[in-house]
Amino acid sequence: MKPFPNLSTFVSPAVNTKDICVIFFIYEVMMFAGNHVKHAVSRGAARFALAASGLLTAPLAFAQKTVDMQGGPAVRQLNLHAPATKIAADIYDLHTGMLIVCTLIFIAVFGAMFYSIYAHRKSKGHKAEQFHESLAVEIAWTVIPTIIVILMAAFATKTVLAMKDTSNADITIKATGYQWKWGYDYLKGEGEGISFVSNRSTPKEQIDGTAPKGENYMLEVDNEVVVPVNKKVRVILTAQDVIHAWMIPSFGVKQDAIPGFIRDVHFTSLKIGKFRGQCAELCGKEHGFMPIVVNVVSDADYTKWVAEEKKKLAAKQDDPNKVWTADELKVRGEKVYAANCVACHQATGKGVPPAFPPLEGAKMVNGPKDNQIAILLNGRQGSAMAAFKQLSDVELAAVITYTRTAWGNKGEMPSVAELKAARAWDAAKMTQLAAKQP
Amino acid sequence: MSAVLPGHGHADDHGHGHDDHHHGPPAGYFMRWVMTTNHKDIGTLYLWFSFTMFLTGGVLALTLRAELFQPGLQIVNPEVFNQLTTMHGIIMVFGAIMPAFVGFANWMIPMQIGAPDMAFARMNNWSFWLLIPAASLLIISFFVPGGATAAGWTLYAPLSTQMGMGMDLAIFALHIMGASSIMGSINIVTTILNMRAPGMTLMKMPMFCWTWLITAYLLIAVMPVLAGAITMVLTDRHFGTSFFNAAGGGDPVMYQHIFWFFGHPEVYIMILPAFGIISHVVPAFARKPLFGYSSMVYATSSIAILSFIVWAHHMFTTGIPAAGQLFFMYATMLIAIPTGVKVFNWIATMWKGSMTFETPMLFAVGFIFVFTMGGFTGLILAVTPIDIQLQDTYYVVAHFHYVLVAGSLFAMFAGVYFWLPKWTGHMYDEGLGKLHFWASVIFFNITFFPMHFLGLAGMPRRVPDYATQFADFNAIASVGAFGFGLSQLIFLAVILKCIKGGAKAGDNPWEGAQGLEWTLASPPPYHSFVTAPEVK
Repeated sequence: MKPFPNLSTFVSPAVNTKDICVIFFIYEVMMFAGNHVKHAVSRGAARFALAASGLLTAPLAFAQKTVDMQGGPAVRQLNLHAPATKIAADIYDLHTGMLIVCTLIFIAVFGAMFYSIYAHRKSKGHKAEQFHESLAVEIAWTVIPTIIVILMAAFATKTVLAMKDTSNADITIKATGYQWKWGYDYLKGEGEGISFVSNRSTPKEQIDGTAPKGENYMLEVDNEVVVPVNKKVRVILTAQDVIHAWMIPSFGVKQDAIPGFIRDVHFTSLKIGKFRGQCAELCGKEHGFMPIVVNVVSDADYTKWVAEEKKKLAAKQDDPNKVWTADELKVRGEKVYAANCVACHQATGKGVPPAFPPLEGAKMVNGPKDNQIAILLNGRQGSAMAAFKQLSDVELAAVITYTRTAWGNKGEMPSVAELKAARAWDAAKMTQLAAKQP
Repeated sequence: MSAVLPGHGHADDHGHGHDDHHHGPPAGYFMRWVMTTNHKDIGTLYLWFSFTMFLTGGVLALTLRAELFQPGLQIVNPEVFNQLTTMHGIIMVFGAIMPAFVGFANWMIPMQIGAPDMAFARMNNWSFWLLIPAASLLIISFFVPGGATAAGWTLYAPLSTQMGMGMDLAIFALHIMGASSIMGSINIVTTILNMRAPGMTLMKMPMFCWTWLITAYLLIAVMPVLAGAITMVLTDRHFGTSFFNAAGGGDPVMYQHIFWFFGHPEVYIMILPAFGIISHVVPAFARKPLFGYSSMVYATSSIAILSFIVWAHHMFTTGIPAAGQLFFMYATMLIAIPTGVKVFNWIATMWKGSMTFETPMLFAVGFIFVFTMGGFTGLILAVTPIDIQLQDTYYVVAHFHYVLVAGSLFAMFAGVYFWLPKWTGHMYDEGLGKLHFWASVIFFNITFFPMHFLGLAGMPRRVPDYATQFADFNAIASVGAFGFGLSQLIFLAVILKCIKGGAKAGDNPWEGAQGLEWTLASPPPYHSFVTAPEVK
């Protein structure tokens, strides 16, 4: 049932060869003009031209059909997501109830107003009466709404308490918000010890409009959170840098992840399938690109997944006796950089000043290595630079080596052993400090 | 918005005897506008300033809507997008809505209470001219390294401690605007409490003065709280403090508590004067006295008091304890009661009146109808479990634009059309005014109604790109936004046309309008009431 024609056929950036020719021509013209203006300006203008030409030619192009997203929004969805948990179902019902009550009051109140507008107008010869007070009426329309709103809140009270009850969970997962990805650690229950980082998997080309957008555009990740069906899952939340928020509308879950603090939520999915959400608290430039996907599977599938993850985890461990050459570290470091650093410091090493300083030619990566080691282990107070001590010694040595050799940098390179020593020194210092506390 | 041109202000012969006192504006453009201590000139400056800011903030919003017209990134990159959302909010709240109401207060309060001017005329000048450097800082911040602040208008720490220099400029701008607001408020409180005409007891005072009196107290109470919060952000950024940094023993959530302790009363600061305007327009065009005057006063006071104990309903997803969630849910629900009383009273005022629908009345009825829809979504959002589902989605964006645009802004339009003949001495173009109303109300709903659906379906606010399933409603909203933006040019045309000329308004162009301001000439004499009128 389509109540009105699908507008997205006109507005989705549908790209075919004819469009590409037009767009390419305009882009060339813009680039030519761009020789005389700042690069960024011309790029913005080219983008605008690209969008405008896409709009003008889109109706001629073949329509890109948008379909409902599994576990995410449906096309032109009008209401809350279909609930997958008891709590989401309660919220759904509460909302429906509120909407009905509000609509009835709305009709009653504005029925009266519009009747008055119709009947009591000067053009119909209605003479104004001069009454302007009635204590009885005032009391009535104070007391009746009071009863109504108290009842509304009372109906919601049970759900508030149920949402807060995170006790007796079968599985506990820690979710950590980073700028701009989610990290997951399975802390308790089946799967304990599994740990991974979950990044957006929608390719850049789809976002820039140079490739057709997929069905799960913007709400797809490389590593999904896998949980068993009908089991109570407690999610502990924290963040590394700024406040993020973890939400899955189908579960009725939304909770801020706060740096330096721990919060928790829970859900028990009654349905198998994938459920999608995204970061819901403004967290910087890539805030809109931090999706969350939970894959709910049967108990048997979950056990199978846990076994596979454990195997992968074991394979990932570095051989502690391996001696790393500088070249090996560089190659490894590039990967570590791409996974951890690139969002802020950029693939070009130019950063996004002033919040995210450049590494290209920076003193930090060309001067003494000890400074950089200390900052990677502990972060830098009062800046966006977080601590990265969750990375292994090999990974840290690798990424330091990479940043000290890439983009024309020429800094001294650390060994894995030096990282190990620095970490041990840090730990000893902390123990010392802790012992000093009264 | 005044046609009180130099040497013209007291030229009409409205029974004001001329003596050797200085009765006209000082000569020369600079002396007239920059050095002015006249409440009407300052009111005019405030209104033009806020209208300029309204258009500026509007252009930022239209850029956002252009980017959101279709999925994918087309026009601005995500950093700039965040800067635009942030500055749109700050400029509209602190640059457009708040100063506009101060402009109304300056123009109307002395004329409504029978006073010659505001109590502190020189401070009045200062409180306006402070706004210019503040607004300049905000605009300049777009061009400093790193651009304007992109932490959202709420400036949540620790994101705001991460920003570039634009954040510092925004903090200073808010400090200056806060100082301006406090000065304005002290002036308004003093004027209302001390300069009322003989016989005008508080309970005989016009509703607009009542709502502004209460608003001014709210401003004096909460602007220092905002100043404190952003000063702490400033010292966290530059002087090594850790108010909001957990690693140094601080708490990021504390920022939100302090901010919303300011922020929720701020919501009522932006709507109570609007209630006041509506309480003048509806009786005038229903040709019937305001129903339940005293209950209106009590309702306004109740809203103001309740506004101090509901702040954490903005923070249900930060993880406050169950007892806190329940307290703030029940307290928030209570606000619906006095607000409902106000709506009922307005409708009872219309009931059995003799109504006509000139532009001010159209905007007033539009206000009551559309604002109440925002009120209902507010009630729905007050229910904690629903709020958790809808927090930080487009549902919230829809809700607060229903109360701020259809609420505050429509009420101000009603007020401008209502008092414009008084201010300029000319009638405005009724046809254009009606066109402005219908274009505004229709495009407003095209823009913001679909956002309810987007929010229910889980689209977060403050994102530059979205799932393709959200595309259609976003496209509709963008089309509506451009229509709404362009409609405001009609408003500008009406104002300019009315200032230039038009039919003579006479002292009271409205058959049913009551109040001391209508006993003065149009435009009013330079010192509104030289001799205090007697109020029975």
